[in-house]
Amino acid sequence: MVKYIIQRFLMMIVTILIIATLTFFLMHAIPGSPLDSDRTTNPAIQENLEKFYKLDQPLSSQYVSYLKSIITFDFGPSIKKPNETVNSLISRGFPISFELGMVTILVAVISGVILGTLAALRHNGVVDYLAMTFAVVGISLPNFILATLVIKVFAGELGWFPAATWQSPMHMVLPTLALATGPMAIIARLTRASMLEVLTQDYIKMAKAKGLKPWKIIIRYALRNAMMPVVTIMGTMLASILTGTFVIEKIFAIPGMGKYFVESINNRDYPVIMGTTVFYSTFLVVMLFLVDIVYGILDPRIKLHKKEGDAS
Amino acid sequence: MTNIHKVEVKDEWFKPKEKGLEKVETVVRPSLSYWADAWRRLQKNKLAMIGLFFLIFLGVAAILIPMLSPHSVTGTDLPNQNKAPSMQHWFGTDELGRDVFTRTWYGARISLFVGLMAAIIDVTIGIIYGGISGYKGGKVDLVMMRIIEILYGLPHLLVVILLLVVMEPSLTTIIVALTITGWVGMARIVRGQVLQIKNYEFVTASKSFGAGTSRIIRKNLLPNTMGPIIVQMTLTVPSAIFSEAFLSFLGLGIQAPYASWGVMANDALPVILSGDWWRLFFPALFIAITMFAFNVLGDGLQDALDPKLRG
Repeated sequence: MVKYIIQRFLMMIVTILIIATLTFFLMHAIPGSPLDSDRTTNPAIQENLEKFYKLDQPLSSQYVSYLKSIITFDFGPSIKKPNETVNSLISRGFPISFELGMVTILVAVISGVILGTLAALRHNGVVDYLAMTFAVVGISLPNFILATLVIKVFAGELGWFPAATWQSPMHMVLPTLALATGPMAIIARLTRASMLEVLTQDYIKMAKAKGLKPWKIIIRYALRNAMMPVVTIMGTMLASILTGTFVIEKIFAIPGMGKYFVESINNRDYPVIMGTTVFYSTFLVVMLFLVDIVYGILDPRIKLHKKEGDAS
Repeated sequence: MTNIHKVEVKDEWFKPKEKGLEKVETVVRPSLSYWADAWRRLQKNKLAMIGLFFLIFLGVAAILIPMLSPHSVTGTDLPNQNKAPSMQHWFGTDELGRDVFTRTWYGARISLFVGLMAAIIDVTIGIIYGGISGYKGGKVDLVMMRIIEILYGLPHLLVVILLLVVMEPSLTTIIVALTITGWVGMARIVRGQVLQIKNYEFVTASKSFGAGTSRIIRKNLLPNTMGPIIVQMTLTVPSAIFSEAFLSFLGLGIQAPYASWGVMANDALPVILSGDWWRLFFPALFIAITMFAFNVLGDGLQDALDPKLRG
C-alpha cells in the first residue's frame, strides 16, 4: 500500500511537470510576443515591459523561473487586465467554482445513486424504465444546451429562479441542475448495473434468509458494494464537471474561475491561460490521486500494489 | 425447488435410441458466424436499430440537403433577420438572415466529420500502440503503459483547449487536438484484450505452425478484439462531437461564416430570452438526438457483440 502510494505520488509529480512544460513551450511557440499590439509602443516602454514579464531572458532561464513560480504558486500578473494577477483571479474565482462543483457532485451522487437503486429494485418495471430513459436523455444532452433550456423554462417562462449570477441559494439551483444532470445520469446507470449484479450475490440471499429488513439489506450490504464502480469513475467525473463549469459559468454569468478562464482564452491573455491551466491540471491530478487512494481503502479486495491491467 | 417425489418414471425412457447416422449429423439450425449472430441480436434491439437508421439518415441528409437547399450556408439576407420558422425558412433565420435549416444540416456535416475522423484516427493509433504493447509484454509493455498512464492523467479537455489557443483555429486543428489525447483510451482497451487473448490455445497453435508476429496480430488477435473496439468507437464519435460543440461554444471551434452545431448554439445564446427560440432549439435538438442515437447504438452493440451473452 505504502509502496503504491509513493509510486502514484511520483507519477502525479511527473504528470504535473509534463503539463507545466507542455503549457510553457506551447505558449512560447505562438508567433509574436504576447505584448504585441496594434499600436506601436515606444521601444523603451516595450523593453521595460519585456523586462517586467521576463521576456528578455533566454528561454532556458525563463523556463527555470517559470517552474520556480509554479512551486511558489505565483503565476505572475495578467497582461490584459490591469492591476490583476493570476493569483488574485484564482483566489477570487476558485472558491465560487469550488462551491458550484461540490454542490453539483453532491446532488449528482446522491440523486444518481437513489435513482439507480430504485431502478435496480424495480428491475424491468415502470420505475426502471423511466429512470433509464431519463438517464439516456441526460447523457445525450450537453450541459450547455441543458443550461440554456433551464434558463428559458425556469427563469424565462416560469420565473421561478433567477437566471444569472451567484448570490443566494436560489441562484445556485439552475446552474447546479444544468451541471449535475449529466453526471447524475451516468451514476444512475452505473449504480443500477452494479446493483443488479450485487443483488444476485450469495451474501444478499444470506441476509434475506436471516430475516433482515429489506431496506437494511440494501443500505448495509448491497449499496456498499454497488458503490464501488461509482467511486472508480469519480476521477473522470470531476474532470468533466470542472470543464463543465467553464460553460456553465459563462452562461449564468457566475464570477467563478471558469469565467475568467474562458475570458482569458478569448482575449488571449497568455499568463492567465498558463496559470489557470496549470492550476486546474494540478487540482485534477491531485484529486485523481486521492480518489485512487480512497478506492483502495474502501475496497479491501483491491490489492493496490498489483500492476494495473492485470485484472482485465 | 422441484418436487422429486412426484416424478413419474416412464418405460420409454429406457428404450434404446434409434440408430441412423444421417440423423445425428443433421444440423439443427444454420450455423452463424460471430458477426451474423451479433447482427441478428442487434436487430432485436429496437432502440439501437432506430439509432442506427437515424445515423444513416443523418449522414445521407447531411451530404444532400446543403447541396439541394435553395439557401446557401453563408449567404446573408439582411431584410429577413431573425425570422421565425416559416414555409420559406423551415427552421427560421439568424441575425444575418441566414437560413437555419441549411446551416443545421451543414453543421451535421462538420459534426459527423469531426466525430468520424477522430474515431478513425483514435482506433488506428490505439490498435497499433495497444497491440504492440499487449503482444510484446515485458519491459516494452511496462514502458508503454507508463507513458499511457501519464497521458491518461492529463486533463484531456484542458490540453485540447491549450492546443487550440496556440494553433490556428480550423477543422484540422480540432481533429488533431482531439486525437492527440483521445487515442489513449482505445490503446488501453486493445492492450487489455490482446493480453488476454494471446495466451489462448489457437494463438499457440498458430505460432507452432510458424506464423510471425504480424500475422498473429492481424489474423488472430485483431479479429477477436473487434467487438470492444467497435463499441469504444461508437462511444468515441459522440464524445468527439460533444467536444467539438463544447469548444465551438467556447469560441475555439470552427470559425465564421461556417457553422457547426456548437457555433450556432453559441451565437444564439444572447437571444434565447428574447424569444428567438428556433436559433438555439434546432442545433441543440440535433446535438441531443445525435448523441442519443450514438449512445443507444453503442449500448446495443455492447450487448450484441458480447460473446458471453450469445444465445
